[in-house]
Amino acid sequence: MSNNTGTAAHHVHRDDVGAKMGMWLFLFTEVLLFGGMFLIYAVYRYQYPDQFHIAAMELNTTMGTLNTIILLTSSLTVALSIAALQKGNKFLSLCFLSITLLFALMFMVIKYFEWTTKISHGIYPGSPELLTKPNGQILFFGLYYIMTGLHGLHVLVGMVVISFMIVFIARDKVTSDNYVKLENSGLYWHLVDLIWIFLFPLFYLIQ
Amino acid sequence: MSENNKHHISYGTYILVWAALIAFTSITVTIAGVSLGRYTLFIALSIAAIKSALVINIFMHIKFDEPIFKVFLGISGATLFIIFLLTFFDYIYR
Amino acid sequence: MADAVAVKNFYNQSTNKHTGILSWLLTKDHKRIGLMYMVAILTFFVVGMLIGILMRLELIAPGRTIMSAQTYNSLFTLHGVIMIFLFIIPGLPAIFGNFFLPIQIGAEDVAFPRLNLLSWYVYIVGAILVIVSLFLPGGPIDTGWTFYIPYSVRSSTNISMALFAAFVLGFSSILTGINFITTVHRLRAPGMGFFKMPLFVWATYATAWIQVIATPVIAITILLVIIERAFGVGIFDPALGGDPILFQHLFWIYSHPAVYIMILPAMGVVSEIIPTFSRRTIFGYKQIAYSSLAIAFIGYLVWAHHMFSSGMSDTARWIFSLLTFIVALPSGVKIFNWVATMYKGSIDPKPPFLWVMNFIFLFSIGGLTGLVLGSLATDIHLTDTYFVVAHFHYVMFGGTGTIFFAALHYWFPKMFGKMYNMKFARIAVVLYFIGFNMLYFPKFIMGYMGMPRRYYDYLPQFTTLQEISTIGSWILVGTIFFIFGYLFHALRKGKKATSNPWGGVTLEWHIPSPPPLENFEKIPTITHEPYDFSQLKEMKDE
Repeated sequence: MSNNTGTAAHHVHRDDVGAKMGMWLFLFTEVLLFGGMFLIYAVYRYQYPDQFHIAAMELNTTMGTLNTIILLTSSLTVALSIAALQKGNKFLSLCFLSITLLFALMFMVIKYFEWTTKISHGIYPGSPELLTKPNGQILFFGLYYIMTGLHGLHVLVGMVVISFMIVFIARDKVTSDNYVKLENSGLYWHLVDLIWIFLFPLFYLIQ
Repeated sequence: MSENNKHHISYGTYILVWAALIAFTSITVTIAGVSLGRYTLFIALSIAAIKSALVINIFMHIKFDEPIFKVFLGISGATLFIIFLLTFFDYIYR
Repeated sequence: MADAVAVKNFYNQSTNKHTGILSWLLTKDHKRIGLMYMVAILTFFVVGMLIGILMRLELIAPGRTIMSAQTYNSLFTLHGVIMIFLFIIPGLPAIFGNFFLPIQIGAEDVAFPRLNLLSWYVYIVGAILVIVSLFLPGGPIDTGWTFYIPYSVRSSTNISMALFAAFVLGFSSILTGINFITTVHRLRAPGMGFFKMPLFVWATYATAWIQVIATPVIAITILLVIIERAFGVGIFDPALGGDPILFQHLFWIYSHPAVYIMILPAMGVVSEIIPTFSRRTIFGYKQIAYSSLAIAFIGYLVWAHHMFSSGMSDTARWIFSLLTFIVALPSGVKIFNWVATMYKGSIDPKPPFLWVMNFIFLFSIGGLTGLVLGSLATDIHLTDTYFVVAHFHYVMFGGTGTIFFAALHYWFPKMFGKMYNMKFARIAVVLYFIGFNMLYFPKFIMGYMGMPRRYYDYLPQFTTLQEISTIGSWILVGTIFFIFGYLFHALRKGKKATSNPWGGVTLEWHIPSPPPLENFEKIPTITHEPYDFSQLKEMKDE
């Protein structure tokens, strides 16, 4: 009997597949949420292709690339932490999760410097400097701030979730035969990564 | 009940996938520097699609999970595609 | 039945250690949560209805009657927001879906009971935010429930608060959707294959998908408008290069499928009631099941028919017009199958059945006038007139609203274990029919003559029709209070209902009224088709 589909226990009614199904459905709502924004991006890029190119020059490709690598690696460490827990290696699992948290923090720090540089150059929503620019660039930076901002918010939420997982594993509430919570947190974190995979070329790689 | 979620992926596979993801990232950054005109966007998005396929299949285990999850993924992907397609019927022909 | 008091049911058994009000507020029981939704949703329904009757009163004569133009603008906005987000979208799924979906598939509860309770609280928070937005400085919103750009960015009323409320309510809807999909996939009783599920479950399942896939789009759209208002980010505002039509696209990408969130569960209820009172298995079970999915899917492809006169491209206009006609097909399949089910059945015209007849009549008018609006040429003439108002009231209120009452009359004995007065119920059906048509039918005529919607004042030639409409609103609202009256009386003094008063065969009629805490003594094994009336002989009615 599989250890993570609980039909044997009376009345406890643990259904890991059901829990994962719920998580996937939630992820689809996130995909559609960002999908709406990507649609707006697509329409405006279609309407103002040249302005989008000019505006994108302002973004720092190096920082964007660095953040991509950081986020991809953090996805790896989450996956490894699940694998470690499956093998019963609690300590290794905790290590990987802590590293993930560290990467997430690095991502946010880089994001912070990126934003503050932009803002110090006078490019932020509603700034006098930005309002002198053509409409297409105003839209580009509006979308840039909102989409990376909302993505950053998801990173923060992910950090909170992973912190909870660290506590749960440490207190044996999430164990090698009851780890669906960790799997679901992992799914969430991968989604955050997935969205960045698309944000990155669309904002940083228009030349 | 199904046994397929017992499928465990080894550390090695994960690291291999990660290496591929990093490789694709460097390819896409390099190509972005080359002027390819209107193919730039197409190539960048294709690479992003490959990367996300890797993440979804391996990191997110959908390849080894319940088949119904794939159906679900297809439904939401198709919906998104339809929304884009129909909206652009307005913008392209305006 | 002397020991009836001692019978255990979900009212006198608590899922938690609390008793009294806390045993409800902290419950994880799907039936109690369904009833909690009922209390909240009916409250807002009454509020929305009273706002409606005030608007109708204002319109009884040209010029100012009882309120200022600004108040009128706020009232029609609030009527829309309350009726749509607080009543008709959650109405059937959250009340009857919560109560009966798990029972009909032979489950003890939904897949995520705690999440289910959370959705109720989220709904309440959203509702409170709507109410609070009325009383904050800035004043009640006046944009209409569609929040069209650019006015929603410029208006000084409390748009952001109301939008945030809609965002929160959307969350509640999403959580319910996730819960129902997972429940249907994971918790069906042994033997209950997908094609043995009652059609109400099918319809609610299709609805849940729309809730999950469509709601996020409105969530982000709303969020963007709030951000735009708060920080002056350029997204939709044409002054900053944005495209207001893009807002309309995104708004209707959700809000058109939302129309099917409203109507699909109603169609499911009809598919339950008709076989029960025709004593005949449903005609074309699979077609009805598939047509629910087809409606959910095609409902996605037609959103821009709300925007024919917005200035979008001609290509998009004819494509969306064509697709709109296609969505009529699965609806037609359903109507045909319902009527075919009654053919040669042994029809028992009890009140729930009469409500369904009411529905078929009103909804058909609503549906067919939808085709008038779906074709480009006529729509250009009728856009933003009373014709549109009449059309969607026939569909929403005549469709979903009528079925809300049908479901209430059908399942009332099961939910509360009491029976209401049949004679009163029959009278109510007739009065409702008269009041409804008097209220809304003149609007078709006025719209055709050119009376624009959302106007505070009108030309003298509309006076007679406006008066008829207002008098109709009194009859309709009076009838609805009459219904609440006799149902409330039944709750307190009604005869005890048996376990199967109508002779239904779906699972909820196999268990006592009201149901026990975990629905079934033992999870049943399903062998019959869902509407196999031969099992009626083996069933006890106690």
